[in-house]
Amino acid sequence: MSVKGNEPLTMETFTQGLWKDNPVFVMLLGLCPTLAVTNSAINALAMGLATTFVLICSGFLVSLLRKVIPKQVRIASYIIIIATFVTMADYGIKAISLDLYKALGAFIQLIVVNCIILGRAEAYASKQKPLKAMINGAGMGLGFTIALLSLGVVREILGSGTLFGMHLMPERFQTWSVFVLPPGGFFVLAGWLMLFSWWRERKAQKEVI
Amino acid sequence: MDPQSPTFIFLNAFLINNFVLAMFLGLCPFLGVSGKIKTAGNMGVAVTFVMLVSSICAFGLNILLTRYQLEFLRLISYIAVIASAVQLVEMAVKRFSPSLFRALGIFLPLITTNCAILGLALFQTAREYTFVQSLAFALGAGAGFTLALLLMAGLREKLDLADVPSIAKGAAMSLMIAGLLSLAFMGFAGLGG
Repeated sequence: MSVKGNEPLTMETFTQGLWKDNPVFVMLLGLCPTLAVTNSAINALAMGLATTFVLICSGFLVSLLRKVIPKQVRIASYIIIIATFVTMADYGIKAISLDLYKALGAFIQLIVVNCIILGRAEAYASKQKPLKAMINGAGMGLGFTIALLSLGVVREILGSGTLFGMHLMPERFQTWSVFVLPPGGFFVLAGWLMLFSWWRERKAQKEVI
Repeated sequence: MDPQSPTFIFLNAFLINNFVLAMFLGLCPFLGVSGKIKTAGNMGVAVTFVMLVSSICAFGLNILLTRYQLEFLRLISYIAVIASAVQLVEMAVKRFSPSLFRALGIFLPLITTNCAILGLALFQTAREYTFVQSLAFALGAGAGFTLALLLMAGLREKLDLADVPSIAKGAAMSLMIAGLLSLAFMGFAGLGG
C-alpha cells in the first residue's frame, strides 16, 4: 500500500486501521502483546489504550520532525521517539493502577518493539502532515484495541467465567482454564482468523452467484 | 533445585517458561522465518548470539544507571544499546565469516525489533540477576527460541503436503500448531520442582 503526501484528509484516514488494514487480524503485526496480555478483558483494554497513546503521540512527533531527521538515521530516531512515549505510558500506568501495572509486567515497556508503531512511523507518519498522522494513529490504535478486546473477552469468559471481573456464567459452569493459559491465546486468535476467512470466502461466493 | 542457581535459570528459560511458547516473545520471527529448517536454525543461532551480547551490555548499563539514579532512561538506553549491538554483530560476522553473513541475510538487522531481546534485558533487570545468572538466562532463552523455531519449521515442512481446509490455510493453521506446541511445553512445568 503506497501512501502519497498530498492526499486529502478523509474518513479513510481513520477507518483504515479499524477494519481494512486491521493491524492484528489482517496484517498480523504486534502479535506478542496481543497474545500475552489478553488473558482478561481489562488487561487487554489497558494494553490497547497504552498502545493507542504511543501511536498517536509518536505519529505526531515523527510527522513534525519528518523534514529535520536525516534519512540515514531515521529508524534509530523513530525508536528513540517511541521509547520516550513508552516510558511516559509506563510511569502513567504505574501511577494510575499498581495492580494493572503488575499484571501487564514488562509488556508495557515492550510496546517499544511493537512492529505496528515502527511500521506506522516509517510507512505513514514520516510522509504525512501531523494532524493526519495523529488521526491515522488513533484509527490504528483503536483497531488494535478492538482486536485485543475481542481476544480478551473470549478468553476471560471461557477461561474464568467472568467479564471485566464480574461473574457472568452460572455457578455450575466448569471453567476451561486452558484459555487463560498461553495455548489459549494461540487457539482463540486462530479461531478468529478462521471466522474472518470463512466470512470473506462466503462473501466472495455470493458475488460470483 | 535452588531456583536461583544458574542451571535452574537456564532450564527455566529453555523449557519451563519458553520465551516463545509460554511468554509470547519473539513471535514475529517465529511465525515469519519458520518455513524451512535450515533458515530457522541460522536465525536461532543469530538470535542467541545477540541475546548474549545484549545481556552483557544491559547488565553493565544497569549498574551505571543505578549509580547515577537515571532509571527512567533505562528503556531508551537499552534499545539504543541493542540496536548498536546488532550493528556490531553484523559487522563482526561480515568481517570474520562472510559465508555465515550471506546465510543470515536480512534476518540479522531485523533482530533489533525482536521483542525477545529487549524482553530478556528487561526481565534480567527486574529479577535482579547477577552476572552469571544473566548469562545463563540469555543462553537458556536463546536455546529455547532456537528449539521452538526448529520444531515449528519441522512441522510446517510436513504440513506443506497435508490437505488443510481452505479457511484454515496460512496464519490460522500456524497459530493452531503453535498452540498445540505450547500445550505440549506446559508439560515441562513440573520440571525442577
